[in-house]
Amino acid sequence: MVSLIGLALVGLVVFWLIVNLIKTPDDFGQNTLIGITNGSIYALIALGYTLVYGILELINFAHGDVFMLGGMFAVTFGDMFGLHTGQTGLWLLVVVVLLLSMLCCAVINATIEFIAYRPLRNAPRLAPLITAIGVSFILEDIGLIWKGPSYVNFPDILPSSTIVTIGGIQIGWQTPIVVMFTVPVLLILLYLVQRTKQGKAMRATAQDMDASAIMGINVNRTISFTFVLAGALAGAAGLVYALAEGSVRFDQGFELGLIAFTAAVLGGIGNLAGAVLGALLIGLIQAYNEGLSWHAPGSNWTDSIVFTILILILVFRPAGLLGEQTPEGG
Amino acid sequence: MSNVDTHVGTSGEITPEGGYRSRLSKSWRNLPDERRRRITIVLQVLATIALWFIDHSLGYGAAVFIVFLWMPKLTPIPWRLGIQLVMVIAFAIAAAVGSTSISIAILLAVACGLFWIPERQRRWALPLTVLLVAVLYPFYLDHLFTIPVFGAFPNVGTGVYMIVFMMMAVGLNIVVGYAGLLDLGYVAFYATGAYTAAWFASEQFAGQKCPNPKFNTNNCPDQLVPAHKFNFGATGVIPGTGGIHISLWILFLLGGMITALVGIGIGLPTLRLRGDYLAIVTLGFGEILPQIALNGQSLFGFNVTNGPNGITPLDAPGFGHRLTVLTGGFLPSNYLTCCSQSLLGHRIEYEDVFYWTALVLLLFTVFCSLRLRDSKLGRAWVAIREDETAAAAMGIPLMRTKTWAYASGAFFGGVAGAYYATFKSSTFPGDFYFNISVFILCMVILGGMGNVWGVMVGAAFLAYLNQEGLANTGAWINTNIHFGGWHPNIDVPLYASGIYGLIILIVMLFRPEGLLPSRRRSAEFHEGVHDTPLYDVTHV
Repeated sequence: MVSLIGLALVGLVVFWLIVNLIKTPDDFGQNTLIGITNGSIYALIALGYTLVYGILELINFAHGDVFMLGGMFAVTFGDMFGLHTGQTGLWLLVVVVLLLSMLCCAVINATIEFIAYRPLRNAPRLAPLITAIGVSFILEDIGLIWKGPSYVNFPDILPSSTIVTIGGIQIGWQTPIVVMFTVPVLLILLYLVQRTKQGKAMRATAQDMDASAIMGINVNRTISFTFVLAGALAGAAGLVYALAEGSVRFDQGFELGLIAFTAAVLGGIGNLAGAVLGALLIGLIQAYNEGLSWHAPGSNWTDSIVFTILILILVFRPAGLLGEQTPEGG
Repeated sequence: MSNVDTHVGTSGEITPEGGYRSRLSKSWRNLPDERRRRITIVLQVLATIALWFIDHSLGYGAAVFIVFLWMPKLTPIPWRLGIQLVMVIAFAIAAAVGSTSISIAILLAVACGLFWIPERQRRWALPLTVLLVAVLYPFYLDHLFTIPVFGAFPNVGTGVYMIVFMMMAVGLNIVVGYAGLLDLGYVAFYATGAYTAAWFASEQFAGQKCPNPKFNTNNCPDQLVPAHKFNFGATGVIPGTGGIHISLWILFLLGGMITALVGIGIGLPTLRLRGDYLAIVTLGFGEILPQIALNGQSLFGFNVTNGPNGITPLDAPGFGHRLTVLTGGFLPSNYLTCCSQSLLGHRIEYEDVFYWTALVLLLFTVFCSLRLRDSKLGRAWVAIREDETAAAAMGIPLMRTKTWAYASGAFFGGVAGAYYATFKSSTFPGDFYFNISVFILCMVILGGMGNVWGVMVGAAFLAYLNQEGLANTGAWINTNIHFGGWHPNIDVPLYASGIYGLIILIVMLFRPEGLLPSRRRSAEFHEGVHDTPLYDVTHV
């Protein structure tokens, strides 16, 4: 019964998409590109949620705001290097900015873990979650004090020209560049988690903290490492976002963080591939909702739609799309 | 990567013990009692002197505060009595000289007097005194001293705001404190209550028609008039307006009940989720409902919520003419136009009447909350909070009990929302953002989860901060703090949410049970609990 309702809902969405595809194929294509762009950014953030949740079972509320700070760092370093179009070695400098933002966010995230979450490791489950909300608000204020309440612009270095036009779909530089920055970061992450010794320790700690401690894994260091990784991803997301959107603001972290968290839940929280899949899906859904013309609810309803997906997923399939079905739903 | 037991053993070395904080507190606890006391006193005296240099009154305030902290530890006679007498007389003399207000001396005398009530009578004497002080507040407000740093005492309008938030905090405390379910979307209940009051006590559903039945609304030559009008015992309706008008006293109850239904509606599908997932789902609802309110001016063609413009004005509460005459003018017929008479040298304003009504509602809330806590249901909540598995094994129906917690918490949120909407005579979607949910949660955490009195203190303090305190504090900081030629120019209220975040963080790290905790909750935090995650016990 429950799965039937779920299937019916999915069917309805697919039907809506097909009708739109037939009616306005150009819009559909264009919004797919936007969806992939946004989805890539969400994927970077969602991975941070998933990594931390996988190891601590903590919804790291502050993660979205670390991402926001990443954007701020990107803007700061971008201005510092005086990025502008036509510069020699421009993209090399952008990569340097990327690495610097990643480094700063990694340090911040590890510090947050040390100060705010580690002392509560044995407290009731909800205690660190509440703390995380507090940290999130503090970080938001730090962003506000640092850069003020208005949008701060990233140097406008994204070429505005169109690479190629297929049918009515114009492919600009935004999507390829975002994807070009995102994919290597994801591959490095995958390598770290799957192939290195530290990654193995991470997976072991995620499975059973006691047993890994007995096996000689330094649990605290492993958790710190996870936060470093998550922070670096948030930093990367911050730069890519600033690059793609052109500006950042102190309150972007909260909303994007929630969207990314939804993506992580949709894919199956704790599951790396799931986070990427969920993020792309959410990005696409959001883009279709805001861009399509036939019976699309429009951008006024984006948050509601994202949260409805979150609620439906949690109610119908708490394990997410790729997660294992466990009795606890995690 | 799932299925992690977060509660890593209780035994020695493999437990990833909590770093700097526990090391610090351990070395502190290892000091002998006498030494600890001496260090504390020295630190407190130093702090007082330092504060005195920043601002004299701040120093005196700190001194009084510290004396009160030590008061319970002193031998009643002669030390406690002596110090109290010295303190009160000193402030009385200062007032007589004219350097301070006599109200401080009186307040201190009352506070000191409370120490002399025998233990057994204190249980009712203390709340009674506080209630009396609260009820008489509008009368002596104008004669009160100014608090150091925080400035003047809150005015009566802020008092209403504080009480409304105290009600909400007490409501949230049922969900978070008693039942241990984290609700991050409490603002949804607040919004539901507010919109219920707004729908049924305003022009919202009046519609329009032409006074001349030959024409329709599009080609009407005259002024359009309201098409629908329904009045059920409402007072304070502006003459000539349409729409639904139900007596607000019914609406407060109705608002609570509708909100409770919404709570059940949110709870039923989601309450079988684990704690942190539940928190996220409630957050989701807390975001969706205000967005519906925001986009609700054309929901399937109907104007449900009037969108970003909100619904305003609402009817004024009142008891109608007959009850007013019957009670000799004690119950005002219409709150907004009621008051002109003076009492005890104080001219009663409409805000005062709202304030007293709010107090009555708060009393009702607190009474229900306490009775619920001690009922069979309340004990079931505590059992679920401490160990779901054990509770289920003892035959407590998990879903039903949790849903009741949700419904009761929602009920008070709805009543408070309805009342506050009436007081403001408006409701806007912008009032219901996520940070209000966190704000209320912050009150519960600061005060002490599970303890009604603590939660009320936390709520009163934070609501005051939000309404007046932060602005006053900011002004104080900007004028009084300076290093050499440097003056800060901080817009403190702008950083309100970060300040609440800081409060949450500090409380969770250093006193997770809150300022005035319930003994039981405190034990849970310090000894740890095994709240093994449970998905749905009834289906396993």
